[in-house]
Amino acid sequence: MTALDQVEVKEGVDQETVDAVAQLSGAYKYGWNDDDIEMDYAPKGVNPDIVALISSKNEEPQWMLDWRQAAFTRWEGMSVPNWAMLKVADIDFQDLYYYARPKSMEVKPKSLDEVDPKLLETYKKLGIPLKEQAILAGVEGAENDLPERKVAVDAVFDSVSVGTTFQAELKKAGVIFCSISEAIREYPELVKKYLGTVVPPSDNFYATLNSAVFSDGSFVYVPPGVRCPMELSTYFRINAENTGQFERTLIIADKGSYVSYLEGCTAPKRDVAQLHAAVVEIIIEEDAEVKYSTVQNWYPGDEEGKGGIYNFVTKRADCRGARSKVMWTQVETGSAVTWKYPSCILRGDDSQGEFYSIAIANNYQQADTGTKMVHLGKRTKSRIVSKGISAGHAQNTYRGLVSMHPKAKESRNYTQCDSLLIGSQCGAHTVPYIEVKNNSSRVEHEATTSKVDDDQLFYCRSRGMDEEEAVALVVNGFCKEVLQALPMEFAMEAQALVAISLEGSVG
Amino acid sequence: MLEIKGLKVDLEEEEKSILKGVDLTVGAGEVHAIMGPNGSGKSTLSYVLSGKDGYEVTEGSATLDGADLLDMEPEERAAAGLFLAFQYPVEIPGVGNMTFLRTAVNAQRKARGQDELSAGDFLKEVRARAKDLKIDAEMLKRPVNVGFSGGEKKRNEILQMAMLEPKMCILDETDSGLDVDAMKLVSEGVNALRSEGRSFLVITHYQRLLDHIKPDVVHIMSNGRIIKTGGPDLALEVENNGYADLLAEAE
Ligand SMILES: Nc1ncnc2c1ncn2[C@@H]1O[C@H](COP(=O)(O)OP(=O)(O)OP(=O)(O)O)[C@@H](O)[C@H]1O
Ligand SMILES: [Mg+2]
Repeated sequence: MTALDQVEVKEGVDQETVDAVAQLSGAYKYGWNDDDIEMDYAPKGVNPDIVALISSKNEEPQWMLDWRQAAFTRWEGMSVPNWAMLKVADIDFQDLYYYARPKSMEVKPKSLDEVDPKLLETYKKLGIPLKEQAILAGVEGAENDLPERKVAVDAVFDSVSVGTTFQAELKKAGVIFCSISEAIREYPELVKKYLGTVVPPSDNFYATLNSAVFSDGSFVYVPPGVRCPMELSTYFRINAENTGQFERTLIIADKGSYVSYLEGCTAPKRDVAQLHAAVVEIIIEEDAEVKYSTVQNWYPGDEEGKGGIYNFVTKRADCRGARSKVMWTQVETGSAVTWKYPSCILRGDDSQGEFYSIAIANNYQQADTGTKMVHLGKRTKSRIVSKGISAGHAQNTYRGLVSMHPKAKESRNYTQCDSLLIGSQCGAHTVPYIEVKNNSSRVEHEATTSKVDDDQLFYCRSRGMDEEEAVALVVNGFCKEVLQALPMEFAMEAQALVAISLEGSVG
Repeated sequence: MLEIKGLKVDLEEEEKSILKGVDLTVGAGEVHAIMGPNGSGKSTLSYVLSGKDGYEVTEGSATLDGADLLDMEPEERAAAGLFLAFQYPVEIPGVGNMTFLRTAVNAQRKARGQDELSAGDFLKEVRARAKDLKIDAEMLKRPVNVGFSGGEKKRNEILQMAMLEPKMCILDETDSGLDVDAMKLVSEGVNALRSEGRSFLVITHYQRLLDHIKPDVVHIMSNGRIIKTGGPDLALEVENNGYADLLAEAE
């Protein structure tokens, strides 16, 4: 498929990984807390008043509040899904904060210059560019130089968006990139037209809860025929204790447009598990293409399984128009629990969906992740490449659905699902669901499970690499096809993460 | 350079003794050959020297320039200058040959407190060395040893050796599987590396290789022991008469 051919991971990148690992002393690098940032909280728990409070904090119109309240009423009648291969302690949904906002954000800063320096400091520490400057994308000393590239960033801190860069420049191209709260105020017609059309408020327990209480997130609209002039990204940071983060992202690629979107996530080390329940909706019209890449690096809990983020996410792309394309790439290294199935509804004829995933679970982490490819249109194509890595006591499940509807004539799916085990106390599971309801479509599924090979490690070590370098190299090799699908900077970050997440998994 | 004294090695998993007292000294700049029947313990000796798991040293010692090899991790032995060209080089899917080499070179430099080689210098170096061994650019990009032919794997081992510039090189049947031309390339590669400060231990079954790489000393190994040590003539004797007489003599 085209997507794979276009991006190339350069030789020598693995070396960067190794260096990055060597420089890091502790395992989780983003685990500090910024408890000195003063926060405003809504009272604990969730009820119609809290829903109304969130809506009013965001200065929302009545229709939005009504939408939220309807979702809340529905949620009250729902129960926690338990079909995933996850052992999760009961979450007391009334014992959480649903809204936490830095005090300094009470009056919305008009520009990034007005944002509280302490907040800016956090993002600086995370290495996220909140200044409107071109970032140097190339690897130092790499064979060929890459041009300077710009990446626009929307920074979400707990429940609110702190700021969005390059908005003016994007606007010139006709691209809208802002926080969803801003979009609800400024572009209500667009939001009304698309919100909830891919993930309806009734979709599932967590999505319904999100529909009632989502506080912020990102909004993207790319008008017809526009190729978004830069990469867009959102960085989520959960800081406040006992606080759920419920963000909502809505991306619309109008006819013939193109956008590449990146999402990154981190959180402090806390003993108590924290909830993150996001919804991402993507609408792709005729001939449009969206690439959505995630490097999920939430705090995974400590070596004994204490604390960490519970990540329950509903992500779905609707390839509405003919020949539309979506490509999900995810690197899931963090979270104590991951429950996530970025999906593609291939509605338009000749539309295409791709899903590339690396899921790493170490220590006591649990990951149940995969995708759904729902083929509705004729000659639709999908491709799934999943790489699951388990170490320590972790459990890693790939769960995937491929469904060919009666009208999806001559459609194709190819699924490749590889699991790698490090040590003997972890587990890998593959749960494919395949439904084919016409006789001209074809579904191929390949699955492998292997162990990190001692001979490979010894070979590397006999050439001078230490054990962790050797594991990182072998595992990065195992993940190569997926790493290649990521944009350059993300590929390097992801490689480094692969190594960090596996620290302490050998020896 | 390399000094092995009374080395006895058992398998870790089962009660089986493989090396039953090996004594061997390789001086600086020397080339020694080891020959011996299949299963006599030649590869085991090379694995134990490089630190592979699964073996238990019950007696004896092995030092490299006075440093106790057996006490070091495999990567420390590599950094100390020991290199083993594997009898069966290992495949690593997804890891580019070039990436592997660069990671290895820099890991060793780091361990020795040297600066890393810049990408440019590394590329220049690797291309020159690869060219000598007729390894093309495409093979450098491919994943380590994956889908390489037997002979290509062996040449790739020599490329690694040339890049890492070890002082003690052990070649375990690097000649097996090589065609006549490749044998010449590899021998030339090895001969080009010969120097006062660099020694070689060449494990082989065939005189052929020793025509190209002239050994100073030849050892015959059988059943976990060196049973005879001699000059280059010893290899010719084996080539002509096989091991029967030597084994009988040792009894
Ligand atoms: N891990 C192992 N498990 C069982 N037996 C082993 C193991 N490693 C070595 N051996 C045995 O030890 C003996 C020596 O093996 P080694 O590979 O060192 O022989 P070699 O001299 O290199 O033979 P060749 O010329 O065939 O390469 C053989 O009998 C072999 O089967
Ligand atoms: Mg052998």
